[in-house]
Amino acid sequence: MRILPLVPAVLLLLLFMAGPVLWSLYGSFTNAALTGPNAQNPQWIGLDNYSRLLEDPDFPRSVLLTVVFVLLSAVVGQNILGMALALLMSRASGGVSALIGGVVVSAWVLPEIVAAFVMYAFFTGEGTLDQLLGLVGVDGPNWLFVAPMFAVILANIWRGTAFSMMVYRASLDDVPPELVEAAQIDGASPTQRLFRITLPVIKSTIATNLMLTTLQTLSVFTLIFVMTAGGPSNRSMTLPLLAYEEAFNFLDVGYGTAIATVMLVVGALSSVVYIRMLRPGKD
Amino acid sequence: MRQTIRNTSVLALASTLALAGCSASGDGDGGTADTADGGGDTITVMYQRTEGVTALDELFNRIKPEFEAANDGVTVELQPIEAAEDDYATQLALAQQSASTAPDVFYEDTFRVRSDVEAGYLLNLDEYVAEWEDWDQFNEGARGAGRGDDGSTYAIPLGTDTRGIWYSEPLLEAAGVTLPWQPENWQDILDTAEQIKAYDPESVPFHMYAGKPAGEGTLMQSFLPLLYGTEDRLYDEESQTWNTGTQGFKDALTFLDTLYDDGYAVPVEEALDANLWQTIFDTRLPDAKLGGVVEGSYGASFWQQGGPFEWPEYADSIGVAAFPTQNGQAPGRVSMSGGWTLAVGAQSDAPDLAFEFLTLAMNFENSLAYTVENSQIAVRDDVAGDPSYLEANPYVKFFTDLVEVTNFRPATADYPRISAQIQEATEQVVTGAAEPAEAAAAYDDALVRIVGADGVSGS
Repeated sequence: MRILPLVPAVLLLLLFMAGPVLWSLYGSFTNAALTGPNAQNPQWIGLDNYSRLLEDPDFPRSVLLTVVFVLLSAVVGQNILGMALALLMSRASGGVSALIGGVVVSAWVLPEIVAAFVMYAFFTGEGTLDQLLGLVGVDGPNWLFVAPMFAVILANIWRGTAFSMMVYRASLDDVPPELVEAAQIDGASPTQRLFRITLPVIKSTIATNLMLTTLQTLSVFTLIFVMTAGGPSNRSMTLPLLAYEEAFNFLDVGYGTAIATVMLVVGALSSVVYIRMLRPGKD
Repeated sequence: MRQTIRNTSVLALASTLALAGCSASGDGDGGTADTADGGGDTITVMYQRTEGVTALDELFNRIKPEFEAANDGVTVELQPIEAAEDDYATQLALAQQSASTAPDVFYEDTFRVRSDVEAGYLLNLDEYVAEWEDWDQFNEGARGAGRGDDGSTYAIPLGTDTRGIWYSEPLLEAAGVTLPWQPENWQDILDTAEQIKAYDPESVPFHMYAGKPAGEGTLMQSFLPLLYGTEDRLYDEESQTWNTGTQGFKDALTFLDTLYDDGYAVPVEEALDANLWQTIFDTRLPDAKLGGVVEGSYGASFWQQGGPFEWPEYADSIGVAAFPTQNGQAPGRVSMSGGWTLAVGAQSDAPDLAFEFLTLAMNFENSLAYTVENSQIAVRDDVAGDPSYLEANPYVKFFTDLVEVTNFRPATADYPRISAQIQEATEQVVTGAAEPAEAAAAYDDALVRIVGADGVSGS
């Protein structure tokens, strides 16, 4: 009977999480399409979509771009910058801390579509960045065209850092001050205190945060879609963009869902890695 | 921010539809001919409406009260989709996934007709047109555009179009080009472009579309006029196979490569903007900053009174020329034709009413008004013979004459997906991501994936 209160949640999860996941999995074994004969009578084609993925030159590139995007913008960018901000803010005066926090968090509270437009206006040819460069006499290019990955990675760092910053600020408050003071009295340098005391204490928070930002970044769609739409010439075509293009531009839903399924697997695998990191007693 | 205009329109779609959930949805707020609250029927009409595509919206809004008055208790629900052509097609296809969202009447590009007939979206109209007296007025070529692979009629053409070069007389004249300009081969175009560039390095001498954002425009206004001016074709009608490894395919890509590499076309980062065509008609041609562009016969409609980019003096500044064949080989000129249709949804609950609405929209008066306003090439003989059609703009005769040398896209169900691959090939070439030969080879591989090894011919 104690399980009873959980039933609605479980039902909702089954309906809105497991349902679409299973449907997507099923779709990826068919040749379902939005036009042509397969729209009417999709057929079971087994693993054909997956073997096609392996032969598709766009796919490995998309995987690589996705890995680069996640590593640089989430694992490195958001986490390290978020941690640095949290550490600096814990030392700054209340006013400065609140001001910086406000500025950083403003990017996070913007709806994704608005943030994406802002970043588009910033990086586009003769956009904000080029105008700033113009002040110092540099004639900037259209960054979305010459360096699309650079632009979307910076945009995602800008947008997502606030999340890591807030998570780390909260966890830094949990580091017992007496521990830090004791280390200080024993003559530990600030760097030693950070790596020997602070980071080990908040280790589980770091792992959780890495997992959350990785999963969030893996599925970033709107930001890239608005800024570059995966182009030019697929140079920023991460997996969500590729899945969208195959399913909704080329109207090949079966193939699109196969890519979506691969994303699901990648996300699940990375979660497993992080959850293992979280296991207690492995210091 | 122009690119974003296109993007926003799809975002609603992207954010509300998970990949998985798209193929079937049971809900929907009732958009079709279900018996609606008023007790009568509702006819839903889905079509594209953008800043530059307004003629159909005006037509439907004009006839909606007329149709509702004539049919007691019937409501016409107009569902304009604000999106670029490709995104419109996607939204339409998604709406077709469920009977509760599928429209009763919809606007359909001719090149998607066969593919969507195969998908079961279009109602067979054979019985309807047999009893429709106006049907005799539609010419045979136009009727063909609305047929499925089985030979039945599934869509009624609204009009057709041809393509040619629109050029800026003031800019060409200032650059020392003799007017009227008529290039005899591809090299003439490059030579003239060089002449314009030498005169005004800030101008864009000659533009042709490329890449995925321009969608079907990349095929109709760029790649296909090039390819059909060589000895090669996309598709072999006789053996019903797609050609691979042709020299013409590579030559067409090479020409585009030259056009972009030598700085004759719009810079590639601006060229990969779905709304480029709007800037061409809105500012580039009127400001004499663009020498020439390959565009459709409907071009003048944008500048006419009531058009999106009104420019009363356009006839004084804009000249037209036929697009030449590669080396001037016969017939010397080349054009492509397409056009749009109206169709009735196969899942419609009230097909009779839907077809009645369609015939009202396409009767003589409304066809004439639409053809003139949208600068279409008439598909009805009575419209083509009407003086107001020929006088609609100074270019009607020129573009109507191009019908003699025009070509149609391969009318097969696979074409839309193959088109997407060609758009990709042109984008690879103009961005420098691939050489023409590499992009052509990648296209050949993609072709085999789409139609199978039996569906292609050539080396």
